Amino acid sequence: MHSFLYRANALLTFSITILALMCAMASVSDNFNSPSPTSEVQVLNINWFQKKPDGDDEVSLTLNISANLQSLFTWNTKQVFVFLAAEYKTPKNALNQVSLWDGIIPSKEHAKFGIHITNKYRFIDQGSNLRGKDFNLTLHWHVMPKTGKMFADKIVMSGYRLPKAYR
Amino acid sequence: MQPVGVTLTTMMDWQGQKLAEHLMQLMLVCFAVVAFIAGYVLGSFQTMFLIYTAGVVLTSLVTVPNWPFFNRHPLKWLDPSEAEKHPKPQPANSGPKKKASKK
Repeated sequence: MHSFLYRANALLTFSITILALMCAMASVSDNFNSPSPTSEVQVLNINWFQKKPDGDDEVSLTLNISANLQSLFTWNTKQVFVFLAAEYKTPKNALNQVSLWDGIIPSKEHAKFGIHITNKYRFIDQGSNLRGKDFNLTLHWHVMPKTGKMFADKIVMSGYRLPKAYR
Repeated sequence: MQPVGVTLTTMMDWQGQKLAEHLMQLMLVCFAVVAFIAGYVLGSFQTMFLIYTAGVVLTSLVTVPNWPFFNRHPLKWLDPSEAEKHPKPQPANSGPKKKASKK
């Protein structure tokens, strides 16, 4: 501690070490939060359902998505990425996941929402398996913290059965 | 008392250096604890960061410059004229040799 620059150096290194420790503690504190998010999705309408010229099935849906993800937010949460996937099984693939809608929730105030949309991304099967197919609607989310580990979870919701014929 | 400009350029004494280091560590840890608790309770990461940044700035203002506060126990060197008056310090030329031999 014998000179001005020596003291400035010691203060800088010590203060940054403590800051790193505080960030680590903030990340650990996220584990004390036990979230209880809820969500509900209704398929209101099949807008159209057809086979594309290349043979793959495509369907257009009107959806009503409502969710309350406010409990995911803690003081260390920067944003939450959320997406809705249709999940179903075909002879070729044990699990197909087709993203129908996604969004970025920037704050707790925006985490309780209800929206009425047609699917944002095209619902196309890898093949022609969608007629009469049951699928689950699953809401996935990734919580992005300000510091520390990112974590993800999902809610599997009751599914929907597509009609047996194109329309 | 010396003018401020001179005192700020002079170095700290030994006890001042010790005090400055202890004060720096104590202040930073205290500000970190307060900032973390305030941020956690208020649910605001930004509050934590701002309180801690303010603490770091304040700590650097207190402990980094050579404040006269840290120079209260200056080393008292023997005045050269004093040395001339007394013959005993004169064999001080051989003094270091004696000390070296003792060690």
